[in-house]
Amino acid sequence: MTTERTQQIPGQAPRTPSYVSPIPIRQANLGHALASEWTKIRSVRSTMWTLGIFLALVVVLGCMVAGLIGADTYLNAPYTMPAFFGLLLGQMCLVSLGVLVVSSEYGTGMIRTTFTASPQRHRVLAAKIIVFFLVAFVTAAVAIAVVGLYTQLTVDAPSNPAWLPTVFKGALYVSLMGVLALAVGSMMRHSAGAITTMLGVVLVPAILPPFLLFNESLVDVAQFVSDYNAISALSLIFEGSPSTGHGGAQTALLAGLTVVACAGAFAAQANRDV
Amino acid sequence: MIALEGLTKRYGEKVAVNNLTFEVRPGIVTGFLGPNGAGKSTTMRMILGLDHPTSGAVRIEGRRYAELRDPLRTIGALLDANANHGGRSAYHHLLCLAQSNGLPERRVREVLDVVGLSAVARKKAKGFSMGMGQRLGIAAALLGDPRILMFDEPVNGLDPEGIHWIRTLMQRLAAEGRTVFVSSHLMSEMALTAEHLVVIGQGRLLADLSMADFIQRNSRAYVRVRTPERERFLDVLRSAGLTAMETGGTLELDGVAAEQVGELAARHGLVLHELSPQQASLEEAFMRLTAESVEYHAHSDTPPAGERAPWGADWKKG
Ligand SMILES: Nc1ncnc2c1ncn2[C@@H]1O[C@H](COP(=O)(O)OP(=O)(O)OP(=O)(O)O)[C@@H](O)[C@H]1O
Ligand SMILES: [Mg+2]
Repeated sequence: MTTERTQQIPGQAPRTPSYVSPIPIRQANLGHALASEWTKIRSVRSTMWTLGIFLALVVVLGCMVAGLIGADTYLNAPYTMPAFFGLLLGQMCLVSLGVLVVSSEYGTGMIRTTFTASPQRHRVLAAKIIVFFLVAFVTAAVAIAVVGLYTQLTVDAPSNPAWLPTVFKGALYVSLMGVLALAVGSMMRHSAGAITTMLGVVLVPAILPPFLLFNESLVDVAQFVSDYNAISALSLIFEGSPSTGHGGAQTALLAGLTVVACAGAFAAQANRDV
Repeated sequence: MIALEGLTKRYGEKVAVNNLTFEVRPGIVTGFLGPNGAGKSTTMRMILGLDHPTSGAVRIEGRRYAELRDPLRTIGALLDANANHGGRSAYHHLLCLAQSNGLPERRVREVLDVVGLSAVARKKAKGFSMGMGQRLGIAAALLGDPRILMFDEPVNGLDPEGIHWIRTLMQRLAAEGRTVFVSSHLMSEMALTAEHLVVIGQGRLLADLSMADFIQRNSRAYVRVRTPERERFLDVLRSAGLTAMETGGTLELDGVAAEQVGELAARHGLVLHELSPQQASLEEAFMRLTAESVEYHAHSDTPPAGERAPWGADWKKG
């Protein structure tokens, strides 16, 4: 028992030398953080669900709609245009996944384990953003490309616009929306709250313009909101014309917002207790 | 080696941790004791850089936690057995941690083996029992084969076999020269495991001493006697210059050996039904030490009057 042990004399050096592990030491870096986040995102069911539903929405809806659209539409719209309908709904899947990537860690307490293993919090968040963005972008690009290919092969109609750029632009827009959601999730730390907030970010600007028009002084604001909301942006990417633009300005605005939100998320997590 | 210096944490008005200064040394198990709400978990979160101190500082081998370049190799911690994503398997939970510190994948299989979870490695953590969750948390702490280990109430939810296992594990880790810091509210548990004690109450340091010293200072030795000739026995004691405390049907004698009492009784032809040397439990000593700082008293019908400090005595002292 304890009484039999030799008594530790206060101030005396410890009897045993400090432990030395045989495992080689590696300084943790961003590469390690990326590998870790990749394992995290691929090992939970919610990733499979959200991406699965996203793919199903974009591909199934797109292929169904492809044949219903009048052949002359394709003269001025790319073959990927039918993907637009699925993306409208599907972007909410990416939003949910983006939020969950961070907020599920706060919700479960995993974040404490994560930050204990990686006290460089900015590195963890950066890795999350990079891994999520790549996963979302690749998934969205594949979905849009499948719709484009299907339409090209099955619809007997000529099409002038090149469709490959829309694969890139469409995937970029919805992935940025997902990253914005991730940043919001990181700041709010609460899944339901962050998803609801993002639902507002996507839907409110699309619904708002008619109400703004009740006030004369808000006409310019109404015009801006109606041009730049998420739904207009996606529709411009797939059906834009030289006069309306092809959603480049809208994507730039979303990218700007996303950068600001990410900066906020980095700043907010730096010194908060978890 | 963990060193705390004037560590303080305030949550609004509430001072959860109050000016703690102590060191946790390698080579021994150091027990961290305190009643519910004493600030043990808060202190541990600050050691890990999860919570930021209001004032004061923590150094891990001389460095701030955020400056550690290979954190899991330096310190492994079990804070809360549920600190994982329930939808992820034990294997993937440990794998993502290992990867974040560049540890080889074989370490994951090794620690799963050490804690006995290999068979359920691919099962989701949310299906785990409390004890299995605790073992998963311990596996995560051991992952980097660290020089410092910290466990917040590791025996929670473990069965007797599990408790024995964690006790031997901690002693083995300490014997290998590691720093082992473990919290508990059970003095009796610590008496079996820890060699050094840090006791806190309401966030303040109450004691920082070796287990042996604690036992020596705090365990009251006395002799218990039961006799049908109570009055005569008390007279005999008085004439021998001894006093007894009456508790229920028995008498307790301090500062005297059982042999002496027995011989005294025999000389006067007294009948004794019981004569036994007793040792007050360490639990009682711990409760006496923390009595004033216990925050969440259970309501009992008869509060031990006089023993408890009057209302407000605490802040007057502070
Ligand atoms: N995030 C927080 N916000 C506000 N108060 C807190 C917070 N965390 C802890 N506290 C308070 O600080 C005090 C210390 O809590 P702590 O969890 O550290 O105690 P403990 O010693 O671990 O208790 P137990 O033995 O019950 O686990 C408690 O009164 C608690 O209510
Ligand atoms: Mg606690």
